[in-house]
Amino acid sequence: MRVVVDYDLCESNAVCMGIAPEVFEVRDDDFLYVLQEHPPEELRPKVEEAVQRCPKQAIRIEED
Amino acid sequence: MPDPIAIVGASLAGMHAAHTLRKEGYDGPVTVVDADPRAPYDRPPLSKQVLAGEWEPDRIVLPAAREDLDLEQLIGRRAEAVDLDRRVLTLDGGDELAFAGLVVATGAVPRRLPGQPDLAGVHVLRTLDDCLALRADLDRVPSRVVVVGAGFIGSEVAATCRGRGLEVTVVEAAPVPLERVLGARLGQVCADLHRDHGVDLRLGVGVAGIDGDGEGRVASVRLADGAVIDAEVVVVGVGVSPATTWLEGSGLTLDDGVVCDETLLAAPGVVAAGDLARWPSRRFGERLRLEHWENAVQQGEAAARRLLAELEGAGAPEVFDPVPWFWSDQYDRKLQLAGRSGADHDVEIVVGGVEERRFVALYGKQGRLRGVFGMNRPRQVMQLRTLLVEGTSFDDACAAARQIA
Repeated sequence: MRVVVDYDLCESNAVCMGIAPEVFEVRDDDFLYVLQEHPPEELRPKVEEAVQRCPKQAIRIEED
Repeated sequence: MPDPIAIVGASLAGMHAAHTLRKEGYDGPVTVVDADPRAPYDRPPLSKQVLAGEWEPDRIVLPAAREDLDLEQLIGRRAEAVDLDRRVLTLDGGDELAFAGLVVATGAVPRRLPGQPDLAGVHVLRTLDDCLALRADLDRVPSRVVVVGAGFIGSEVAATCRGRGLEVTVVEAAPVPLERVLGARLGQVCADLHRDHGVDLRLGVGVAGIDGDGEGRVASVRLADGAVIDAEVVVVGVGVSPATTWLEGSGLTLDDGVVCDETLLAAPGVVAAGDLARWPSRRFGERLRLEHWENAVQQGEAAARRLLAELEGAGAPEVFDPVPWFWSDQYDRKLQLAGRSGADHDVEIVVGGVEERRFVALYGKQGRLRGVFGMNRPRQVMQLRTLLVEGTSFDDACAAARQIA
């Protein structure tokens, strides 16, 4: 899977980081960084939860 | 054909419930009922991007409404009553809808001022149509907008109006904005934020009346201290009440919301989710009813799973007890709160400073950490939210928070 963030929508609420800190990190500059663009399958439930709970619906999963 | 699962309320909680029913493999009929004639939409942009004119309504349609969830959608239809013994809903016009299980998610309705007159130019903000009506009035460039109430909605509307270059007066009965949520000290920070952005902020004074121009349009707002503010547009943002009128006499327990157990079950075959659900939180030792975006998402999901456990014996009922979280965008600041807070809590600034308006404050009570509040500190709020999940003493939390700074 590939994690795609729409940075035009992202408001750096950091909800995704709270759910999957292995994949998402909001840094001190208040911008979101994707730490693993291709996270391992075992992180899929967490990434899917991040997709659902993003207040801006700025995250999506594309299949490789 | 078996009776459907009926979801009354097609906003965030209801649509997440629908999505979850399908995700969990339920393939029976699902009927969604909502009095709002619009396709299900997301509300936070109504006080921000849509009101600002930056986004058009098609951009806020909920993702679940774009999915093919095989729902029967009774959009623009109002549920007027429910008979729990017969498991039948009565819709507007008298039609009956039998159901196997029911998700109650009708949300909340804006409160009005006592004796609030019905004048053109006086608005509340809850629905997309409310937003578009207010936006149309703002497009006419009123000489002044008066916002009554400096809560989250009022504050966001004030910020959006200032962003449009409009003159804004905010009237708040409490001594500072958000005092009940944030307490006096951080409420003052919010007051300063408004004033630095050019808002005429009137604190500690109530509204005595709203007066018209004799032709049905608003002309001014009278304050309790005798001041009169000329206003072409007035936005009343004095909170909401749970939308439970249609449930009166149904047998459901109503007490500032629909009273549920800790699994969100309100009665056999009936669950509640979103702004109207009141449930006992083990974590916080109190009954909560939250009007937060994320709570609506999580409760919609949990309520759907709970209903399936009830109807199909699928899975054990889960206790609903997450750490609540919400955000509010005002001007160039992002306010976030995880957990609980209040004017009676201890408050400690642990990261940054209030002068720069970029800080984290912890809220504690009886020696326990209860809440994490951040202004333009999303990273640290999410990091410290885990302390709430774990359950930490206030002193330990303050020490840990200073470490991560």
